[in-house]
Amino acid sequence: MATQASPVLDVRADFPILSREIDGKRIVYLDSAASAQKPEAVLDAMDRFYRTSYSNVHRGVYTLAQEATELFEGARARIAAFVGGEAQTTIFTRNGTEALNLVARAWGKDNVGRGDAVLVTEMEHHSNLVPWQMLCHDVGAQLRYLEVDDDGRISLDQLDDELARGDVKVVAFVHVSNVLGTINPVAEIAARARAAGALSVVDGCQGVPQLPVDIPLLGADFYAWTGHKALGPTGVGVLHGRAEILTEMGPWLGGGHMISRVDRDSSEWTELPWKFEAGTDVIAEAIGLGAAVDYLDALGMERLRAHERELTARALDGLRAIDGVTVVGPPGVEDRGGVISFAIDGMHPHDVADLLNRDNVCVRAGHHCAQVLMRKLGVAATSRASFGPYNVAEDVDALLDSVARAREVFRV
Amino acid sequence: MDDLYRDYILEHYKRPRNFGELEPHDLEAHDHNPLCGDEMGVHVRVEDGKITDLRFHGQGCAISQASASIASEEYIGMPLGEVADLDGEWLIDLLGIPISATRRKCALLNLKVLRGAITGDASWPPATD
Repeated sequence: MATQASPVLDVRADFPILSREIDGKRIVYLDSAASAQKPEAVLDAMDRFYRTSYSNVHRGVYTLAQEATELFEGARARIAAFVGGEAQTTIFTRNGTEALNLVARAWGKDNVGRGDAVLVTEMEHHSNLVPWQMLCHDVGAQLRYLEVDDDGRISLDQLDDELARGDVKVVAFVHVSNVLGTINPVAEIAARARAAGALSVVDGCQGVPQLPVDIPLLGADFYAWTGHKALGPTGVGVLHGRAEILTEMGPWLGGGHMISRVDRDSSEWTELPWKFEAGTDVIAEAIGLGAAVDYLDALGMERLRAHERELTARALDGLRAIDGVTVVGPPGVEDRGGVISFAIDGMHPHDVADLLNRDNVCVRAGHHCAQVLMRKLGVAATSRASFGPYNVAEDVDALLDSVARAREVFRV
Repeated sequence: MDDLYRDYILEHYKRPRNFGELEPHDLEAHDHNPLCGDEMGVHVRVEDGKITDLRFHGQGCAISQASASIASEEYIGMPLGEVADLDGEWLIDLLGIPISATRRKCALLNLKVLRGAITGDASWPPATD
C-alpha cells in the first residue's frame, strides 16, 4: 500500500489555508504535531457564534445567554462523547499543559508527600514532566523515570519493578510521543498503576488527533489533551477525570463560576465540572472544538488512523532509503503514530528545516519540548515531520524530494 | 550556488577554525539558543588586554558554527574593549550572507558568548536587535 499514489482520504479542500500558495508553490504542511490546521467547519462555528449568539454563558436569563450556554455545554457533551467520556467529568482548560498542571497541583498537593514517588517516562513532553518536577520539589517527593529503549519504547517490566517499590503515587505518561511517534500501551500501564494504588495521568495531546480514543476502555484516571492539535482553535484544553477522584479533589484556581456560595472568610465549591473552571470559560474555543470533533467523527477516527498509518509507512520507507538519514522511534507502524523524527548525517536540523522551507515543506526542527528525551537519544535536536487528516501521499513525496535536495546543497 | 549555504559557509561548518577547548584560558562562557537547542562555549586567552587565542566549542547549525569559525579569525588580536563594543551588524556583514530574522540568533550566538565571557553580561543581544 505504501507505494500506491491514491490516498485513502483527501480532505484538503476542507482546509482554507491549504489553498494558499507561497512563492507560487502550494504549502506542504507537515507540522500537525505542533498544531493542526483548521477545517472550514471550525472557522464557521466560531464565526457564527460571535456573529449571532455571543454572550457570556450560565446565569444569563436573556435569549443570547441561553443560546450561548446551550452551544457551549452542547460542545462539552459532544467533546466528552467523542472520547467516551461524560460531560460532568470533562473540564475545559486553556491547553493541555494547564490540564496536566491542574492534576499535579489540585490532586498532587493533597496526595503526594515526602517519601512518595512520581513516575514519568523519558519520552515525556515538558508539559507532563515539569509540573511533576515542580510538585516533587514542593512536597519533597522523588521523580523517577521509565527508560526509553533503542526502539523508542518503554518497558512494562521496568514499570512493574518501579511499582513494586511501593512508593509510587502517580504514573504520568504520554499516549503518543510527539518525538518518537511511539503509541504507549495505555490500558496496560493504567491497569498496573491502579493495581499498585497509583494514579494514572495520560498526556493525550497527540493521541486524540490521531487515534480512536475511548477513555473508559483505556482505564486512565486522568486523560488530558489540547484542542488546537485536534483541528480546533488554540486556547482550549480538555481534562477528563474519574468522577470519584474529581469529586474528592479540591479546586485549583479560585474565582467566579467555581463557587456555590461565597462568605467573607470561606467559600463552598460548585459541582463538577465547573468546580475546576474558575472565571469566564473558553466559550468560543470550546464551541470551535465541538465543531472539530464533529468533523473528526464524520471522517471516522479508524479511517483517519488507517490513512495516517499509510502516510507514515510511506515516509518511513522513503526516508530510510535515503543515505545518511536516521529515523528514531519504533521501526514499524503498528505502535507508531503519524510522527517521524529524523536526523541527517552532517546536517543540523535547523538547516534541514530552513532548506525544506524553500519548497514550502513545513517541518519542525528542535528539541520538541522533550529535552530529557533528546539527551537520551544523544542529540540536541531532530527534524520532525508529522501528519494530519489533510495530508496526502504527494506531501510525503514532496518531503522526500526536499530532503534529497537539502543533502545536495550540503554535499553530504 | 545557494545564497545562504555558500561554499565558504559550508567549508567553515565542516572544518571550523579555532574549534575545541583551550587550556589554560583566562576567560570562558557558555550559552545556548533555547529555540533550537544549539549550544556554544568559548575559552579565551588574554594578554595585555588583547585576545591572543580562543576556541569555540559546542554544537549547532551551519550558520552558528560557520559564523563562529569566520569570526574567530577576526577576534584573535582584538582588544577586549573593542570586542565588547561589536554589534550584530558587524558580524552579519562579516558573514556576507542574507540572514533572515529566524536565523539571526544562530549567526550572533558566538558574539553573544564571547561578549558574555568578557563583560559577564549574557543579556546581549536585546530582543529587538
